[in-house]
Order: sequence, then structure tokens, then C-alpha cells
Amino acid sequence: MLSLARTTLKSSIAKRATRAFAAPSATALLHTLPDLPYAYNALEPYISEEIMTLHHQKHHQTYVNGLNAAEQSYAKSQSVKDQIALQAALKFNGGGHINHSLFWKILAPASGDGGKLSDGPLKAAIERDFGSVEEFQKVFNTKTAAVQGSGWGWLGYNSATKKLEIVTTPNQDPLLSHTPLIGVDIWEHAFYLQYKNVKPDYLNAIWNVINFKEAEKRLVEVQ
Amino acid sequence: MSHTLPPLPYDYDALEPYISEEIMKLHHTKHHQTYVNALNAAEAAYAKASTPKERIALQAALKFNGGGHINHSLFWVNMTAPSEKGGIGGVLNDGPLKEAILASFGSLENLQKEFNTTTAGIQGSGWGWVGVNPTTKRLEITTTANQDPLLTHAPVIGVDIWEHAFYLQYKNVKADYLNAIWHVINFDEAQKRFIEATTGSKL
Repeated sequence: MLSLARTTLKSSIAKRATRAFAAPSATALLHTLPDLPYAYNALEPYISEEIMTLHHQKHHQTYVNGLNAAEQSYAKSQSVKDQIALQAALKFNGGGHINHSLFWKILAPASGDGGKLSDGPLKAAIERDFGSVEEFQKVFNTKTAAVQGSGWGWLGYNSATKKLEIVTTPNQDPLLSHTPLIGVDIWEHAFYLQYKNVKPDYLNAIWNVINFKEAEKRLVEVQ
Repeated sequence: MSHTLPPLPYDYDALEPYISEEIMKLHHTKHHQTYVNALNAAEAAYAKASTPKERIALQAALKFNGGGHINHSLFWVNMTAPSEKGGIGGVLNDGPLKEAILASFGSLENLQKEFNTTTAGIQGSGWGWVGVNPTTKRLEITTTANQDPLLTHAPVIGVDIWEHAFYLQYKNVKADYLNAIWHVINFDEAQKRFIEATTGSKL
């Protein structure tokens, strides 16, 4: 009885020692699902409560879980080959976590900051680079609807040209070439329950809940 | 000649309860129709193109919409009414296809398990396939991204894993859709394709 207890104690001490001297990333904090900054029904009628609930609690949560698992595997990997083999999982789930975390912040209830673009640096830059806000939204919607598969539409700031540009990324690839100001999820899970195959209706509707204040904050920060 | 939307070989509700009538209607009359229309437009533009650069610029539209048309045309015929409704969906009879499945996967259940895991693992939109490797003539599970058609193998079974194929009914639970769809897979049709791929004879 005593010897069993001693063995158990020894192995738990050994385990703790292993953990303490493990590579830093193995004991790094896990990623967690950020809270939505508003209620699940707050973006109605433009994005339904049902979609927001599934999108946040199921889809984004799955990316968080997948990212944590991929990072844990990466920390344990023994070779460059193993690390390369994990890149896809890190990009897909890491990108999914980055993109969706940004997405929740870039949306806001229409009763609040949603859909309101006041005079300021963002509006001025949009008008400078696209002619008008309406023209910008038109081009954005066309380009985003044209994504061949799953992906994201972005308004990004190009630090080299100092201009605003509309770009898309496939699947869950994060935007790397520009500083993201506005991102719109065009994966079917983002709109299908409400808008079915009619992507343009979703893209027209979402402008009512885009948080232009948040986008402007990001532009000012990077300029 | 323009491409046209092939009619469904069964009613829109024929695959219930495994794939809903609502999904079948949207999938066929909206999604597939859109690929057909856009393929015709891309081909018309391609016919007018006079430089390699112009033709190359049209490749994406041809691949996406051409692939969409090819893949969905195959998809409809590779499904059929389930056995509980008097159809042959989900029924794998003895024959060359069954033998090949047992040889490569051990059992139908094992094929389904591996297929579902691989297909659910697609990172984005795409298709899961059971196909014949043209060199080894063996069945293999493979996937294609977006609307890329299967080119490396002869397709025997194809499953659409774009979210529009299942979301209205199964929401985010891809695994439930993938378990369900096996009840409506037309193994007779799959066997025809398998025989053609392994003997080179069209039945």
C-alpha cells in the first residue's frame, strides 16, 4: 500500500518536472473563443440569431479547438518535416480563429455603430480610392461574391501604396498582404440559412451592420 | 452547342429523409443551373478570345463552372431513392465493385468510415471521391478542392461537401450528412463506372 503511494507520488513529481522543463510553447496558454460583443440576435434582421449562434459557438469554437490541437502537436514535433506537415492545420485553424475574431468586432448592431460611416479619415480614404462609398460597396460585393469556393472579402490598407484596396482570401487564409479594415465571411455557413444561394442579398444586407468606427480605428492605427 | 441543366433522375423529395427536398431543389435549380449558365458564358468568351493571355485569363471561369457542371451532373446520377422507399440507394450488391471495396478497404463500413473522415477533413469547399487509380486499377479515396473535377482517378462515387449541399438540414454537423448520404448512394451506377474504368468497356 505504502509502496504504491510512493510510486504514484514519484511519477507525479516526475510529470510535473517534465512539464516545467518542457518547451515553452507546450505550456503556452490555449486560445479561447472570444465573446461576441453583442447579443446573438443583435444583428437582426440582417444576420439572423440562428446564424450568429451557430457561427460563433460551433464554427469559430471548432477553429479554436483545432488550433490548440495543432499547436500542441507542433510543440511536440521532432523534425522539420513534421512541422511542415502541420502547416495546413495551423493555417486553416489559425486563420479561422484570426478571421472570425476580427469579424465579430467588425460587426455591430444597426441600433448602435452598425452601418454608420461618419465623416473622417476612413470615409475620405474610401472616396479617394473608390470614388464614392456606394461604388466601393458595389465593387466589394462583386469581388466577394465572385470568390470561387469558400473565403473572405476584405477592405485592406496597402502600406506600400498607402491606398485602400479590396482583396479576397480563399478558405481561412488570413489577410497578410494588407492591414485588414473590414472583413466579410463568404463561406456558405455565414449566410445560407437566411439567404440561401442569394449571396448578393447577404452582401447588401451586411453593410447595415458593418462597424465603420472599428474599421476607422484600424486605419488610423496603421497610417 | 450550349450546355444545359440535366434533369434530376428522381423527384426532388426522393432522397428524403437523408437529403431534404429543399436542399435538392436549391442545389439543382439554383446552384447547378448557375454553373451551367456561367460555363456557357465562359465558353462563349473563350471562343472570342484571340490571344493565349486572354484564354489563360478565362481558365479559372472554365475550371470553376465547367467543374461545377461536371461534378453536379455526376452527383445527381450517383444518388437514388433509398431502399426503404423502394429504391436501390445504399444497396451494394455482390459484384466487381463490392469485391474491389473489400479488397481495398476490408469492408463497406470501413470504406465509409475512411471516406467520411477524409471528406470531412477538407479545408474549405470541395468534393470527396472514391475513384479508380488508372495505374493500379484499385479503388482509392481522394478529394478535390472547390469545383475542381476529379482528374487523377476515374470517379466512381462523388460527394459534395460544399456547405450548400447539407447546411439547411445538417447545419455544421458534416458528420451526420456524410453518414446519411450513404443511404442514397447508387452503387449500381457506381459499379457501371467501376467496370468501365477497370476494363475500358462502356456498358
